[in-house]
Amino acid sequence: MVKVYVPIDSTALSLSAERTAKKIMQEAQARGVEITLVRNGSRGLFWLEPLVEVETAQGRVAFGPVQPSDVAGLFDADFTQAQADKAKAHPLYLGLTDALTWLKKQQRLTFARVGITDPLSLEDYLAHDGYQGLKNALAMSGADIVKAVTDSGLRGRGGAAFPTGIKWNTVLNAPAEQKYVVCNADEGDSGTYSDRMIMEDDPFVLIEGMTIAGIAVGATQGYIYLRSEYPHALKTLNEAIRKANLAGYLGENIQGSGHTFHLEVRRAAGAYVCGEETSLLESLEGNRGLVRFKPPLPAIEGLFGKPTIVNNVISLATVPIILDKGAQYYADYGMGRSRGTLPIQLAGNLKHTGLVELAFGATLRELLYDYGGGSASGQPIRAVQVGGPLGAYLPESQFDTPLDYEEFGKIWAVLGHGGIVAFDDSVDMAKMARYAFEFCAVESCGKCTPCRIGSTRGVEVMDKIVLGKNHPQNVQLLRDLSDTMLNGSLCALGGMTPYPVLSALNHFPEDFGLSNKEAAA
Amino acid sequence: MDNTLSHEQHAQIQAHIQAHQHVPGGLMPLLHAIQDDIGYVPEAIYPEIAKALALSVAEVHGVVSFYHHFRTHPIGKHVLQICRAESCQSMGSAKLEAELKAKLGVDYHQTTADGNVTLLPVYCLGNCGCSPAVMLDDEVYGRMSADKVTALISEVCHG
Repeated sequence: MVKVYVPIDSTALSLSAERTAKKIMQEAQARGVEITLVRNGSRGLFWLEPLVEVETAQGRVAFGPVQPSDVAGLFDADFTQAQADKAKAHPLYLGLTDALTWLKKQQRLTFARVGITDPLSLEDYLAHDGYQGLKNALAMSGADIVKAVTDSGLRGRGGAAFPTGIKWNTVLNAPAEQKYVVCNADEGDSGTYSDRMIMEDDPFVLIEGMTIAGIAVGATQGYIYLRSEYPHALKTLNEAIRKANLAGYLGENIQGSGHTFHLEVRRAAGAYVCGEETSLLESLEGNRGLVRFKPPLPAIEGLFGKPTIVNNVISLATVPIILDKGAQYYADYGMGRSRGTLPIQLAGNLKHTGLVELAFGATLRELLYDYGGGSASGQPIRAVQVGGPLGAYLPESQFDTPLDYEEFGKIWAVLGHGGIVAFDDSVDMAKMARYAFEFCAVESCGKCTPCRIGSTRGVEVMDKIVLGKNHPQNVQLLRDLSDTMLNGSLCALGGMTPYPVLSALNHFPEDFGLSNKEAAA
Repeated sequence: MDNTLSHEQHAQIQAHIQAHQHVPGGLMPLLHAIQDDIGYVPEAIYPEIAKALALSVAEVHGVVSFYHHFRTHPIGKHVLQICRAESCQSMGSAKLEAELKAKLGVDYHQTTADGNVTLLPVYCLGNCGCSPAVMLDDEVYGRMSADKVTALISEVCHG
């Protein structure tokens, strides 16, 4: 029976993939065409979703975007015989999926299985190199596992880019009866969705990564702190955890090794600041998500006061391939001190949006034009925000910057979680600067004054600037305020809100009613 | 006890409290369980929650009020969330927001006169590749226009 794939990823579902899948089953039944329908993850080519694939002897053949209304026509063209001339003549025929330019040029390590497998099939996962990393880890000492992660050069993909292995080493060497592994799945940055894709499209890789982390440092309990805006990810993770428990990949005596690791998903409740690790820990403990002072580091005194690894979804989901293929294999990708690959998410006003995993070093221009195909509106791309709502806005003159933590640092920007949001020339950058303060005011936890008060004062001063009131004084005030927030805030929310604000002011002064000279003053 | 709650709802809440009483950090999952069932977290049950989890009523109130997701009053039959984050703004969400507010005759945090839809802002639905995005109940929709959203609303309200 021929296999037909229709993605179950949220973005595909948001473009009516569910109705497309139902229609395919109905038509197949009505026409007596025997098919097996597989619900895979998304390949990450969102302008082609719902992307329907058909298995052939030569590989999987893609059709897209397939709306429910296209299904009858596909059957008329015998699309299940995807390599026949009749199917090839169909306007939605795209050829072999693996030969699509978008995919062919990528270096998918963390996303190796995403879009290919059925997310909830453990058999599929095992057949595509799943649990090879754990197998190797079980034969190693905790210190050797931590060394492999350190040697791979993996840095926290949540945004802070702190070396993952060093964090793990601190937890390894902190003596305690109970330790924890916490996955930060509170992906709240606009323009980012790679965490969501991993959790919905390849959940076992995250479970495997967390299990390896637990075994490495001697933690027996893990929590995934998942944002409440991701109901599909919640269902998928819970089901995957249930299956992993049944198959002896979680729980007591994992694969007969004597190691124990329990895993549970906890739902967040719509507070952006809980993406900050100490606020997240407060929330997990059942408290208001107030940011904690550091030190003590969570690695020493984390969840319930115990040594805790807190890592982002992508960091943890990258651990299995490092343990499978070796630290050097991973470290061979990348540039400078940014080793390995980054799952980049193209978003906003782009013709082609989606997931692009590449070794560090590609330029923004390649991503925006070669992958993104330019703006969706057809107007010039005027500004790009990289790294979420706390990331800087970059003008066209900076599009040749390579994606690398240090290179971005040099131009006072951040890579963050790898989200890229493009704006065309209709954007008003003063409005975006005002919005950055507004967002900070809505989401501030209120613990420190620069963030709690500064964000509201920022909205007010932006309103005055937009109205043209006492321009030079108010621009000076905006800079002073930003300086206070940058240097005086307890966490990145208040501390980085000046990035979008000042980058907008510095690169686009005309939107603030200023000449370049006035802006610099 | 809140007399607006039915006997059955009260029993559901009691069961959730018992189930979460001894769970480490159990308050958040408890609040979720209550809101999932009842649609909101009634303020009248704070004392019961506080007693069971050895907290003060003020602490319970503090947690409920900190998180945008939790609400303390009943809402419409369906919840429509419009994404206000940057990616959706770059694809015209401000216009979508204004048009939908006008069409529904409500502002954020309000419910339509027929009691069908409560409108809420949201900061990112993780569907930034298909902006502007909205979420109607538990389903996310991409590349939306006001007309498409109103069609979705009448579909869920009238089948």
